[in-house]
Amino acid sequence: MSLHAQDDPALRAAQEERLRAVWKAPQGIFLRWTDCNNNRVGAWYTLTAFGFMLFAGVLALIMRTQLAVPDNDLVSANSFNQLFTLHGSMMMFLFAVPMFEAVSIILLPQLLGARDLPFPRLSAFGYWSFLIGGIFVGGSIFFNAAPDGGWFMYPPLTTRTDLSGLGADIWMLGLSFIEVSSVAAAVELIVGVLKCRPPGMRLNLMPLYAWYILVVAVMILFAFPPLIAGDILFEMERLLNWPFFDVTRGGDPLLWQHLFWIFGHPEVYIVFLPSIALFAMMIPTFAQRHLLGYPWIVLAAVGTAFLSFGLWVHHMFATGLPKISLAFFSAASEAVAIPTGIQIFAFIATLWAGKVKWSTPLLYASGSLAIFVIGGLTGVMVAIAPFDWQAHDTYFVVAHLHYVLIGGTLLPLFGGLYYYWPLITGKKLSDKLGRTAFWMLFVGANLTFFPMHFSGLYGMPRRVFTYPSELGIDYLNLASTMGAYLFALGTLVVCIDLARSPWRPKAVRNPWHAGTLEWLAHPDDEDWGIRSVPLIESRYPIWDQKDFVKKVDEGRFFLPDAEEGRRETIVTTVLDARPLYVVRLGTPSWVPMLTAIALGSVFILTTYHLYWWSLAGAVATLGFVLYWLWTGTAEIPEKPSKPIGHGIELPLYVSGSAAPGWWAMFITMMADATAFSGLVFGYYFFWTVHPEFPPSGPGMDGPGTFWPMVSLGVALLSWGATVGARGTNRRGGVGVARALLVVGIVASLAGIWTGLQGPLTTGLDPELHSYPAIVWTLVIWTTAHAGVGAIMQAYALARSIAGRMTPTHDADIRNITVYQHFMALTAIVTYATIGLFPGVA
Amino acid sequence: MRRIRSSVGAAALLSLGACNRHQSALSVFGEEAATVRHLTIVMLIGAVIIAAGVAGLMIAAVRAPEGRLTLSGGMRMVGWLGGVLPVVVLLALLLYSLPSMRPLPVGANDLRIAVQGEQFWWRVRYQPPGSPPLLTANEIRIPVGRTVQFDLTAGDVIHSFWIPGLAGKMDMIPGRTNRLVVRATKVGVFRGVCTEFCGLSHALMAFDVVAMEPAAFDAWLANERRPAAPAAGTAPGAQAFAANGCAGCHAIAGTPAAGLIGPDLTHIGSRASLGAGTTRMTREALVRFIKDAPSVKPGARMPAYPQLSREDAQAIAAYLESLK
Repeated sequence: MSLHAQDDPALRAAQEERLRAVWKAPQGIFLRWTDCNNNRVGAWYTLTAFGFMLFAGVLALIMRTQLAVPDNDLVSANSFNQLFTLHGSMMMFLFAVPMFEAVSIILLPQLLGARDLPFPRLSAFGYWSFLIGGIFVGGSIFFNAAPDGGWFMYPPLTTRTDLSGLGADIWMLGLSFIEVSSVAAAVELIVGVLKCRPPGMRLNLMPLYAWYILVVAVMILFAFPPLIAGDILFEMERLLNWPFFDVTRGGDPLLWQHLFWIFGHPEVYIVFLPSIALFAMMIPTFAQRHLLGYPWIVLAAVGTAFLSFGLWVHHMFATGLPKISLAFFSAASEAVAIPTGIQIFAFIATLWAGKVKWSTPLLYASGSLAIFVIGGLTGVMVAIAPFDWQAHDTYFVVAHLHYVLIGGTLLPLFGGLYYYWPLITGKKLSDKLGRTAFWMLFVGANLTFFPMHFSGLYGMPRRVFTYPSELGIDYLNLASTMGAYLFALGTLVVCIDLARSPWRPKAVRNPWHAGTLEWLAHPDDEDWGIRSVPLIESRYPIWDQKDFVKKVDEGRFFLPDAEEGRRETIVTTVLDARPLYVVRLGTPSWVPMLTAIALGSVFILTTYHLYWWSLAGAVATLGFVLYWLWTGTAEIPEKPSKPIGHGIELPLYVSGSAAPGWWAMFITMMADATAFSGLVFGYYFFWTVHPEFPPSGPGMDGPGTFWPMVSLGVALLSWGATVGARGTNRRGGVGVARALLVVGIVASLAGIWTGLQGPLTTGLDPELHSYPAIVWTLVIWTTAHAGVGAIMQAYALARSIAGRMTPTHDADIRNITVYQHFMALTAIVTYATIGLFPGVA
Repeated sequence: MRRIRSSVGAAALLSLGACNRHQSALSVFGEEAATVRHLTIVMLIGAVIIAAGVAGLMIAAVRAPEGRLTLSGGMRMVGWLGGVLPVVVLLALLLYSLPSMRPLPVGANDLRIAVQGEQFWWRVRYQPPGSPPLLTANEIRIPVGRTVQFDLTAGDVIHSFWIPGLAGKMDMIPGRTNRLVVRATKVGVFRGVCTEFCGLSHALMAFDVVAMEPAAFDAWLANERRPAAPAAGTAPGAQAFAANGCAGCHAIAGTPAAGLIGPDLTHIGSRASLGAGTTRMTREALVRFIKDAPSVKPGARMPAYPQLSREDAQAIAAYLESLK
């Protein structure tokens, strides 16, 4: 296809007709929910997260009403504890993180000039999981069954079944489910950023928002799994009485605190960096110039991410850890202020250098920066250990964290809402209402939270359902409550503005005169995402590249057509975005929703101890996943390649590290390995806290060396067989490859049996002590992975027999080989730890 | 130091607002808390200056005409203000503040007080050097000018021990003993409070702290060792106390009551507050607590006694009040 061909309007119209037909959304009351297009899934996701935010905000208003006056009895202690636990948990797990993922699902394809994300059905699955899990957790308060142990859920208060009820299980299992969906979305976003950029968009031309998505999604990948590991130990203790946190049986409550805050501190930056990313998109637009210091900002974002994993102990300054480690973590916590400072000053310098166009989004950006700076400064204060010993767990910290989260998450999101609303809906929001709301929110936030610095220093602890008048903090609390109502009114004004938007006139295209790719979006947007995938030569192509919009619109770039009637987008190389292949994307389907329902039922039914039913749910989940993979992935195309324009011919099938699927497997397994390291950390943590570890005595001597070493050998056999099968299949030895896969399946299944023999034959009793409990946990983790490995090997075998996997189309076996690499690593670490370490220790 | 001390005047407002607030980190009566208050004021002043500076820069940035700042000028600004300045300020802050982490030295002859957090009260055991330990609850008295070491543990769940005017807080974690060394500088009555969420009545878990002259403290301690009640409890309250099984959980030294589940009541009449700082110690409050503790303190392990007659409750209250 030459430039010349696109001059023909009739051809263009025919192309548009085909694209429109291919990307047509499913219609009808029921069918529309099978949609997986990023625009719609992203919109559902955003609306749902926004709804959970309003709900959690109402919970906070009830709390502020209770605390308006001393010795109030509007709500009981029991209700109050549920309120603050749910407020914090929902704002973190059901609003801040999902909201970032939701917005990114909408924006990322547009920022990257892609038609959709690489795994649209995975986005839909993530959304349905989020909805189910969110309703399960949030709805529990209507049954007086909400978690009431604080959003940090410290054991033993929450693990002792005589002190805590169903709420703790709802928190653990419901939010674990949401964490799984968060990790799924993170995989989607990472692969999207790395593989779905338009040709020419090298890493250093990527919009900063995409950089931040990459950084934040990688953080999610390494931060959530330790919490998932903690959740596993936690539920093992609650449901099976395995004493990980019970000091009378060798457990230690501090293990939970470490795992929780290894997640919890990066979490702060996970919810803050996306807002900085929104600033990084808005500020160049309103300064009408390139952002200053692009490489510095990228380095600062990456630096923040690295540092954020080394700060968790500053949440544990008062736990009596050695002073020297406190000094180290104090210094590390201060250090994170430096990259943050660089990012903020880069924005200020950009505004200074440019010609500022004052606007509602910029008002939000400036106001939230001002609030955030105050939160950052109090953060510097609480990072100093001696000060933290006073401020920790008082209202000073409540003030600090709300300044950070309102200035660093909520108000930037509202600013982003005003900025991106025309892009998403084609309508501009009202400047008048927007500014009114801003001032109510700004004044309300300060009136609520500024006095809390003082109520904290005057001795008001956090999480108290009431306080005595003699503390002298009555007026401070009354002011906070009034501020909270003002803030709520401001939010209401924003909601009114949003609700009126359908009746407002269409906005012009690119109303802010922005320079980045997402503003190609047309007010009468089509579902195909972008008319043709552009060649990128600048960070601000709309400003810098000649006739850019026109060329995109006239299909003069790549992939302007959908000749074969398939949803497609271009996959490029990770570093320099050379076109690699055309990926065929998932289409609307019931499978993602059904998989989410089945998986959700596993978590929810386990909460109510309906183990057989939850097993049935697990089997159903497996069935849906297999059906999904079998019918929707690694499809052998009808022809090997297709032209995408400008004389470029791209393959329609790739495997290995060129393919998004391989990357998704690799990234998922990184998360899996991180969760596993959380469990291994538990083993060695117990070693450090016990003078004698492993302990000796009946039920505690084990698992010996023999069976672990046999299991290791079997696991390595399974790994070797899979690697061999991959190689022989590629060389055309299909029969040998199938035989090797059979060997692999047998070895994986044998690995389950041999793995369990160690603790079984030595009679390790997991209810007795933390040592047998953690050994059992590692063994179960490893053998369960062997079981999943066997299913994968059987799947590859079946694909080969069914002719869906051939020597040239071998994505399936290449992907399961990645799994087997990680499986082998897991087996080595597990069996060396449980089999050899007791001899060394 | 002197110069900074004068800046205390600027922030006197803070402490002024805190006078008579016995649970304030700003109305200090201990060396540690004084150091941190000083640190707080220095950091607050610094924070105000920096926040104002950034806000001023933002306003200037928005108002500046286009091109006033060149690209290289902008990068210099980012480097100096965003990079170098924070490094210098934070390094200075760390060097200034971290030495105050060093704990006070403690000797073998210093008073040790073991405090164990319970849902939702405090088990207190004085261990003066060379004398047998003394068990009490929900009130801590310390001598001014002497070093005192708290050995902090927890009986059930995690609590945190905080006397804001005296020193920073320290968690009480089952299975561990955390040390907190303090020295009071001023006589007075203050309050401490639990700061780690510990269950239903976390908000109602406080205690009175009395800092006394050393001589008065020694006299008080000697008095505490003396049983407050006659061994043969002939008072009607003592009989009701025994008849209703109160001794199953509570101890009153010198009487057969020796329960260890609940707080020690030997000198309860001399304490200023009831139910671990929940209410003032009055006859009415005592009666209500005896008859229905969970209504005063949700989640308290002491059950309600609806069958207990008002007369008996009054008698027990009177008896307890007499234990001084």
